[in-house]
Amino acid sequence: MSEPILRVSGLAKRFGGFVALEGIDLEVRAGERLGLIGPNGSGKTTLINCISGALYNDAGRVVFEGRDITRMAAHRRARLGVARSFQIPKPFRSMTVLENLRVPLEYAAWERAEHSRITDEAMQVLELIGLQQRAHEGSAGLTQVDMRKLELARALAAKPRLLVSDEAMAGLSSSEVDEILGILRALNARGVAVIMIEHIMRAVMGFSERVVVLDAGRKIAEGSPEQILHNPDVERAYLGE
Amino acid sequence: MRRVDAVFWGVLAAVFLAGLALTEVMANEYYFNAMYVILQATIMAVAWNILGGFTGYVNFGSAGFFALGAYTSIVLDKALGLPLPFLILGAALMCGLMGLGVGYLTLRLKGVYFAIATLAMAIVLETFVNNWSYVGGARGVYLLTPEKHLWFKSYIQMLFVAMLGLALGCIAISRYLNASRLGRGLAAIRDDEVAAECAGVPTLRLKLVSTTLMGAMMGVAGAPYPFFVTFVDPLSAFNLFVAVNSIAMPMIGGTAHWLGPVIGALLVGTAQEIITVNVSSELNVLLVGVMLVVFITLAPQGIVGLAQKYWKRRRG
Repeated sequence: MSEPILRVSGLAKRFGGFVALEGIDLEVRAGERLGLIGPNGSGKTTLINCISGALYNDAGRVVFEGRDITRMAAHRRARLGVARSFQIPKPFRSMTVLENLRVPLEYAAWERAEHSRITDEAMQVLELIGLQQRAHEGSAGLTQVDMRKLELARALAAKPRLLVSDEAMAGLSSSEVDEILGILRALNARGVAVIMIEHIMRAVMGFSERVVVLDAGRKIAEGSPEQILHNPDVERAYLGE
Repeated sequence: MRRVDAVFWGVLAAVFLAGLALTEVMANEYYFNAMYVILQATIMAVAWNILGGFTGYVNFGSAGFFALGAYTSIVLDKALGLPLPFLILGAALMCGLMGLGVGYLTLRLKGVYFAIATLAMAIVLETFVNNWSYVGGARGVYLLTPEKHLWFKSYIQMLFVAMLGLALGCIAISRYLNASRLGRGLAAIRDDEVAAECAGVPTLRLKLVSTTLMGAMMGVAGAPYPFFVTFVDPLSAFNLFVAVNSIAMPMIGGTAHWLGPVIGALLVGTAQEIITVNVSSELNVLLVGVMLVVFITLAPQGIVGLAQKYWKRRRG
């Protein structure tokens, strides 16, 4: 088994008196596909906010490729290779699709990018994602599915080692879900580890090698998709007693 | 050098030379007065737009920065008797520092709260100056126009040329920012700060660059002001109208493009001068208000936005 690229240990996050996460341990190996599921409000997005640096955790440590990044600002984590997409797409609305990708290429990946070929590199990412026809359109006018693709494209343009995909498929049609899944598989095939947060069980169970289940801020189960599907605790969390 | 760059620098040089030529052929001092006022407004508008237009933080305290620049040069003149270029440099440093301080406010304050904080900053500064007798306190301070004015025929001609040079410099900086990697980082912050941070943009550092640059430019606009009017009191230096103008001009011209505040300042500034002289000085305040309302409702992207839309339609 390869070294974990991400190791979260004893992580806790409180908002005032509300305990959003408590004692979370999580490991992701290089190139792994990890599913993260749980009922609404179980703390999935809070957890990835703590991993990506949008929020700081109150207790516990986050270690990425052997470096403690617990107190590191989000933009520096992005430079190290942690990328994320947002549940509600956040495109840079005043920019075209291509310009949206220039931002991570010129910042997160600046040290690893060829400075004179930024536009070419952005186009390559768009081709991989299937957005090349939209390259010069304004990002504010995209359809929902293209907006989700742009989220992934922008995350990918940061040249990550770990991609956290936060509900990239919510609200999409079945064929669109397959399209996004295809993109994520292609990314993973290039050696990028993926944490997928998803409510669409068909997608997350088919995609993941390993699944972690959160409920009310705690990790209640972890295992292969088959094990998770037959876990009584998981059933209880989703369906009640 | 790219062709657009060559054209840009050519135009800049031509405008400066034309300004120099004017001092040779035009005798009426009023015109230099009027052009000075318009150039001062141009610098203020360009400066405001770096933070307001490019970065997306609305500064309501422009008058505070402007007055701080003016009073810095009064103090430096009174205490050390430095020549004008050093006064301008000193004001730029002082207001740049002030801008840096305001930049740290963005850590906690966004949107309307940031705007209120900047307004409050201007009021605090004004209260401070009101009670500082070294610079005349609330009574104000008189300055003598220096006797030396290089080879120019009068002091106002020299001030005009200095202001022209400064304005062109600010425009060049703003244009460079707009198209650079730094500018794209600022635009990302304006569009979505969290997403920008996650794309690797060091948002705090870029915001500090933006506020410092804005402050320094406003200080530059304010530094020669005492010698232009020869009497400065807090009421005129901290005039809210300065702040309103520096917001209205970029809005009318268009905030997303470096050219927007320049067009806005030239248009509104010229109209204000004409109305002040020919109609009444009260009516020119009304003009800004009306133009602002009209543009915000009918053309929120300003004149540059309208032009871009027109070109797109013609091409497509």
